[in-house]
Order: sequence, then structure tokens, then C-alpha cells
Amino acid sequence: MDTHIASQINSLLAALILLTAFGLVVQRRMNALLHLFAWQGFLLAVSTAIVGYVGGAHDLYISSILTLSMKVVLLPYILHKLIVKLKIHKEVETVVNIPTTMLMGIILVIFSYHLTAPIRELSTLVTRSTLAVALATVMLGFLMMITRKHAVTQIIGFLAMENGLLFAATSATYGMPLVVELGVALDLLIAAFIFGMFFFHISTTFDSLDVDQMARLKEED
Amino acid sequence: MTLLVLLIVPLIASLALAFIGDRKLAPEINILGSAATFVSGVVLALQVYEQGPILAGNNFFFVDAFSVYLTVLTAFVSMTTAIFSRRYMRREREHGTIGHRRLRFYHAMYQLFIFAMLLCLLTNNVGILWIAMELATLSTVLLVSLYRTPAAIEAAWKYFILCGVGIALALFGTVLLYFAAEKVLGAGGAALHWTNLAQVSDQLEPTILSLAFVFLMVGYGTKVGLVPIHNWLPDAHSEGPTPISAVLSGLLLNIALYALVRCKVLVDGSTGTHHSGDIMMGFGIISILVASFSLLRQKDIKRLFAYSSIEHMGIATFAFGLGGPVATFGALLHMLVHSLTKSSIFFTVGHASQMHRTQEMEKIKGLIRGNPLVGWGLALGVMAIVGMPPFGVFTSEFLILTATIKEAPLMAPFLLLGLGVSFAALFRRVQPMVGGAVPPYQERLKAANLPVIMHMAVVLLLGLYLPEFLSGWFQTAVVLLK
Amino acid sequence: MNIHPLIVEITQIAVLLVAAPLFTGWVKMVKCWFQGRTSPSLFQPYRDIRKLLAKDVTLAENASWIFRFTPYLVFGVSIMAGGIIPILSMDLPLSATADVIALVALFAIARFFTALAGMDIGTAFGGMGSSREMTIASLAEPAMLMAVFAVSLVSRSTSLSQMALVVSQGHAMLRPSLVFALLAFILIALAETGRVPVDNPATHLELTMIHEAMILEYSGRHLALIEWASMMKLFLFTTLGIASFFPWGIARNDDLVAVLAAIPVLLFKLGIVGVGLVLIETGLAKMRIFRITEFLGSAFLFATLGMLSFFMLE
Repeated sequence: MDTHIASQINSLLAALILLTAFGLVVQRRMNALLHLFAWQGFLLAVSTAIVGYVGGAHDLYISSILTLSMKVVLLPYILHKLIVKLKIHKEVETVVNIPTTMLMGIILVIFSYHLTAPIRELSTLVTRSTLAVALATVMLGFLMMITRKHAVTQIIGFLAMENGLLFAATSATYGMPLVVELGVALDLLIAAFIFGMFFFHISTTFDSLDVDQMARLKEED
Repeated sequence: MTLLVLLIVPLIASLALAFIGDRKLAPEINILGSAATFVSGVVLALQVYEQGPILAGNNFFFVDAFSVYLTVLTAFVSMTTAIFSRRYMRREREHGTIGHRRLRFYHAMYQLFIFAMLLCLLTNNVGILWIAMELATLSTVLLVSLYRTPAAIEAAWKYFILCGVGIALALFGTVLLYFAAEKVLGAGGAALHWTNLAQVSDQLEPTILSLAFVFLMVGYGTKVGLVPIHNWLPDAHSEGPTPISAVLSGLLLNIALYALVRCKVLVDGSTGTHHSGDIMMGFGIISILVASFSLLRQKDIKRLFAYSSIEHMGIATFAFGLGGPVATFGALLHMLVHSLTKSSIFFTVGHASQMHRTQEMEKIKGLIRGNPLVGWGLALGVMAIVGMPPFGVFTSEFLILTATIKEAPLMAPFLLLGLGVSFAALFRRVQPMVGGAVPPYQERLKAANLPVIMHMAVVLLLGLYLPEFLSGWFQTAVVLLK
Repeated sequence: MNIHPLIVEITQIAVLLVAAPLFTGWVKMVKCWFQGRTSPSLFQPYRDIRKLLAKDVTLAENASWIFRFTPYLVFGVSIMAGGIIPILSMDLPLSATADVIALVALFAIARFFTALAGMDIGTAFGGMGSSREMTIASLAEPAMLMAVFAVSLVSRSTSLSQMALVVSQGHAMLRPSLVFALLAFILIALAETGRVPVDNPATHLELTMIHEAMILEYSGRHLALIEWASMMKLFLFTTLGIASFFPWGIARNDDLVAVLAAIPVLLFKLGIVGVGLVLIETGLAKMRIFRITEFLGSAFLFATLGMLSFFMLE
């Protein structure tokens, strides 16, 4: 594959990943959120594989397969099972003020672009331009965790952040060393186990997964 | 070899405890495992003392003066906490707040947590450091929500989410670090080895490293509990079981700070400026001030001391940021004595709240008459933590303060203000709790004496006399962190 | 063989006048197929226009000159827009003088007068329609401009001919900025031409109609002109989209063969767009009016992302 075309495809994938990140921030429906998340993982896996092919970094194939199995199959499956079991798969979350959130998202994208501007000049990789998108994805996941009040949504935001980080690793450096990637995947697996338990604890204790109900621990004056 | 033993013992203990479950001997196995860890930690320390820094396992592990003293400290506090937790948890079970399954979980996770912290300290790979850090968070999240009360679940959720976000930012910083390192050291795992990085730190691209440091600072700073990203800390401390509060305060915060300082060394080497130090000083001083004023408003005894932990981590961060031999020496000592004092305070606080079945300070009274060890332990612990001589905290704070007056005199008033306010706040709160008559609802209990006595003795000793090997280590570490 | 640009211009406008009702008829036909109904003839819009043109105009007593003037203005503006957009050829005299911003302004004028005319009579529906129309316009126009800017960043010009030329030359299909701009454009075009999910051109249900509410009082040749103009608007937006994003097949100069060859290509593309439009319209339900802010907000988001990704990724 021609490097030029590959880098164009990669840019396009980056743009689509950014789009899914925005989609996650504003999507109300649980099922649609899961689908978007799985798509994001899929785009990430494809992008990783392409970068691996172009850069000759064959470690990235493993990382791509890891992403594919974790982010596209396993985690969405677990989450789906969980929300069906908790009977919230048809739930529609009330999200306030989507246009404002979108504007904030755009500001975050510009912010990430400026933050990474000095770095992309230093990089020689074909993927360097996607670093800004990667940081923006992290930031958007962050935004999602702040603006959304549902436990499941917050977790999806957390996982989307993780996607952004992996994307950053592939776009800045052709991927972290394999041992680190594996370790991160392991941590993620444990995290999945933990939030699964949490969903049950929260929903049995609070009768709902709305995090707003958790307001007992405030600083009293 | 000792290194491997040190790591494998808690891992085996964790598996064994998960397997055995809540049998009669589980707490004893927990203690035994921690004691074995402590012994191998001491052996390792002796080796480092004799041979200097050790690189092992294909450069995968690295122990120097800085990490070895924290290793011994971690192993020691986890051992004493295991001793404390035996009686504490027995009591909790008698009260019926906790069942068999959760105790099994508690013990297994406790050992896993220790394993994660030791891995943080012993690994040479900055990426593994991050992973172990995340593991340490994850293993304690469900311990914080162990009691399954709404407040505990809320606290644990907050802890999980906030630290998750923080640690994610730290990973981004690590990615940037690797990005810079890869140019100098080439791709592959070796590019993340701290020893390699430290050697070539002056060749690393400064722009990337400064940006990386911002992310690492915010990321690991969340775990250190620095203001403004400290919100998880008081909640997690107040709602989790007290042994967990003790190790969170005494150990986890230290480890996070350790990670941050390791990264700072690299960044300073690359940029050649003091910017990273300035950032740390800023975070530190804000943490000191906010935490000390928050101390005034607390009603819950565990929250009170959680805020005190934020304050002290602020002091250590500030001192590391200040740099220079005296301040760094002070910071290293401060990490040590704060850890010992604070965990000891949490031991007594745990018993005190068990005696009164509440964590509200207004209902806790007459501790000295009710249980002299708990009462005196708390009183002396607070005296130590506010920096009264002759305890070790006085020495470290004194060192930091002199360095501040010399190096950054403008900061000294703020530092003093913070110390003064926290002094007043803690004293005002503790006096009515330890003194006075025994209230009728106070229950008697068998307290775990040994951990409190051991900790307070060490803190007192360190205030009176700093052993030569320790000051030697600190000196080496100071040179290392210059 | 080169022909005079003016002739191309005139041909283009003729194509616009003829093909616009045809395109509307095509969309209606495909829609009927999709919904399993028997469709009206492809030429039904012509018949409607002829019928309306033959009828007398009924004017309200208090109708002012604005009300009478508006149909001619809107019709004229549509024809002028047809001269700007490279429908058949990129070498147009009008396209050289008026860029895409002028085009947006032209549409804005037409909309402004339609809204005024809606309020002129003083009926409740007219006012309601006008207010809704202006709400949508205030959201759609910034998004439209952003989308246009995203494309003009790629082509480094706001002239439509230049934009079409650059896009047709480059291997620009994979450019993220264009993909985003296209997404934004589709959303905006749906809103601007009053299609589902924003408005329903087939409804006269009082609570939901927007465009139809404004022109409720028109009759006879006035209504014919307005209906024709709105068919042209749909056609123009489609050709605008084709010219900016899929300009292959549009003649680059005024060569007779190329211009003639552009006509079947155009018809082919229009056929596809018609099917796409029907897919969107049958797949989506009409939104509540308060959701339109979010709909156009996303259009704005896409357009901005298009601009940003030009800087970030290209």
C-alpha cells in the first residue's frame, strides 16, 4: 500500500473516530451508545492495523487484535449483558443542552490541536497528524464523564478515553511496547469486572443508575 | 532473587487467601504473608545498602536508595496494618457489618494491593509503573465499598471514576514520554526503562517532556490527592474500612508521589529548567492551604485525618518541587514519618469509632479513660502529625521550612499559615475526644496495641535520632533526584 | 468546439427550469414506490404548475405590495442562483462574479421575503410559519457558511467553479474535511429545502407545517411561481452538493460535447440523490420543532469539525 494513501485512510479513520467520540457525548439511547462505542473500537483496530502495516511495526497487529477482541466484542458484550440484566437497555437518558455540550466539545478539539501542535512538528511518522485527534478523543471522553449522569454512560466515557489513549500511542509512536499494551489490557479487564459489580451495587442500593442520586458525601458547612 | 520473593510472596498470599476464604486462620495468614514480605524487603534493603542500586531481571527491575526505603516502609506498614486489621475486622464481624464472603475478598485484595504497590516501586519500566498504579487503584476500589452502604458505594464510585480519569491522563503523559524516548533510544521496551531514560534525559525533547509532565502531574497528582483533584480522597478514607484508610493514606499516596518524582527527574533533565518544580510547588501549596482550612469544618473523624493527609502530601509535593538538598531530604523524611504517623492515627481512630459505633467526632469522648492505648495513641499521634517536637514530623517540617525560607521566601508565609491552621484545627478537635469522662454508650474492646506502639516508637525515634543508614540513603536519593 | 459562455449559462437555466419539477416528480415517485403506493406520473409537477398558472389570483384585502412582489422575487432569485452554481459547466460568467457566499445571501433574500409575505396578510398561520422559518434559518445559515468554508479551505477559493474544479482534479475523496462538510451539507440541505425530518412538504397539518404555513394564502400564478421556486431550491441544493462534493462529469470548459455529456451524467446523479433523499425521508420521522436546534447544531458541529480536521489532519 502506498504510504500516501495509507496516511489518507488513517486521517479519515481519525476523523471518524473523532466523530464517534462526539456521537458518544450527545447520544441519549443506551443501545445506540454501545453501538457507537463498538464502532469506535472497530475504527481504532483498523487504524492500528494499517499503521502497523505501513510502519512495519508488527507488534501493532497484536495490539489491533487485542483492541478488536476487547473493545469491539468483549466489553460491548459485557455491557450489553449488564444493561439487559439491569433492564436499562431501552432507557433514554435526559441529556441537557446538547448544543452547548457540542460547543464545549469543539473548544476541546481546538485546545487539543494547540496542545499537540509543537509535537507534530517534531514527529516524522505518517501518523503524526492524528495525535491531536487522539488527545481530543481523550478530552471528549472526559467531557462525557463530566456531563453525563448515568453510571453506564460514565463508564463508556471512561472506555472511550482509553480508546483515545491507545490511538495516541499508535499515532505518536507506532504503539507502546507490547508488555505495556498487554498490561493496559489486563487492567482494563479488571476494570470491566469492577464496574460490572458496581452497576449491581449501585442499582440495588439506589434503585437506579443515576449518579446524581449519589450526593450524600458533600462537604457540610 | 530477593526481589522476586518480595513480589511473589504477596501474590501467593493473595491467591492463598482467596482460596482459603474466611477461615479461622485467614487473618493470621494475612499477617504472615505481610511479615514475610517485610523480611524480604529488609533483606533487599541490606543488599542495596551494601551493593548500591540493583538492576535485575533483564533490566526489568531496578532498586535504588529512593525506592528501597519506600519498599521497606510499604512492607512494614502493610504488616502492621495486617496486625491491626485482625482485631479490627473481627470486631466488625461481631457487629455484623461484614460477612464471610466479603472478608475473603478483603484479605485477597489487601495482598494484591500490596503486590501492586511493590511492583510500582521495584519496576524499572515507566509503563509498568503506570499499570501497577492502576492495579493498585482497582484493587482498592471494591475495598472502599466493602460495607455496601450507600455512602460507601458512592465514595468508591467517585474514587473509581476520578482516579480512572486521572490515571488515564497519566498514561497519556507516559505515551508522550515514550514518544520522546523512542527518538533517542529506539523503539521497544528498553525505551521506557527509567535507568535508560535517566541516562539520556538531557537528549530528550524538552517540548514533549514539558507537555508530558503536565499530564503526569495531573494524573498522578489525582492519586496523591492534590487539590483541586482531591475529592475522592476524603470520601474513600471515611467510608472504607479503617485498615484500608490507613494503607491508602500511609502508602498509596506515597507511591503516587514516588511515581511523580521519578518522572520529574526525567523532565528536569530534559528541560534544564525549574518549571516542573514550580508546578509541583504550586499544587503543593494550594493543597496545604485548602486542606488545612477544610480541616476546620470536618465533623467526621476519618474525613478529618483524610484532609490532614492531603495537607501532608501537599507539603511533600511542595518540598520536592522546591528541590535542593535540604528540601528533598526533608521531603523524603516527611514521606516516611507521615506515613508511619498517619497509619498509626488511623489505627486508633478505627478503634475509637468502633468503641462509639460512630465516626462523628462530637460523640467520641473520653478515650483515654475508656481505653488508654487508643486515647494516648491518638493524642500522641496528633501531636506528632501537627509537627510537635520531639517527633519525626517536626524534623522533616523544620527542614522543609528552613529550605523554603532560604530558597523561596515568598512561599514561607503560606506554608506557615497552612501549618498553623491545621495545628489549631486538629488540636481543637482532638482534645475533647481524648479527654473527659467516658460516655455511657462507649463500648469496651480489645485494641490492637502492637501496631500503634511500633509506629509511634519509630516516629519518636526518628525525631530524636536519624540512623546513619537512613540518612545515607536519603543523601543518595537526594543526589539522584537533583 | 467551444460555445459562447452565455449560451451555456442560458442552457443551464433552461435545464434548471425544466429539470426541477422533474426531479421533484422523481422524488415523489420513488417515495410512492418505497411506501408501496401507486405513484403519480413523473410529469405531475408540470401539470400542477400549468393548472395553477391558468387560475385567477385571489388576494387578501389587506395584502400589500410585498405579498404580490415576493413570488416574482423568489422565482427570480432561484433562476439567478441557477446561473451561479456549476450545474453543467464550470466556466460560467456569473460564477466568476458571484461566489458561494453571494449564493447563500441570495437564498437568504428569498427566505426573508417569503417570511415577510407570510406575515403580511396577518393570519396566524403565516406568522407562525415565518417565525419558525426564521428560527431554522438563523441556525442553518451559520452552519451552511461553515460547511462552505470547509470546502473552500480545501480549494483555497470561495468561487464555486474553482471549488468544483479543485475537487474534481484532486484525489480528494478521502479528505476528512470534505467528508465532514458533506455530512453537514446534507443536514443543512434537508432543513433548507424543508424536507423530513425538519419539515414535511406534503403536510398541511397546522401544528407541524413550516414552509407551507407561510405560503398558505397564495393562489393562482403566485402559488405556481412559489411552488416552482421551491422545486428549484431542492434542485439547486442538490446540484450545489453535486458540484462541491461529486463534480465529476461537469464540463470544465465550454466545449459543446462536454456540456452535452454533462446532462446525462447530471440526470444520473440526480436519480441517485433522489433515491437517497427518499431513503432518508422514509427512514426518519419528522422531529419535534424543539429538536431542530440539535439537528442543526450537529450540522454546525460537522461543519466545524470539517474545518478543524483540515487543519489537524491535512
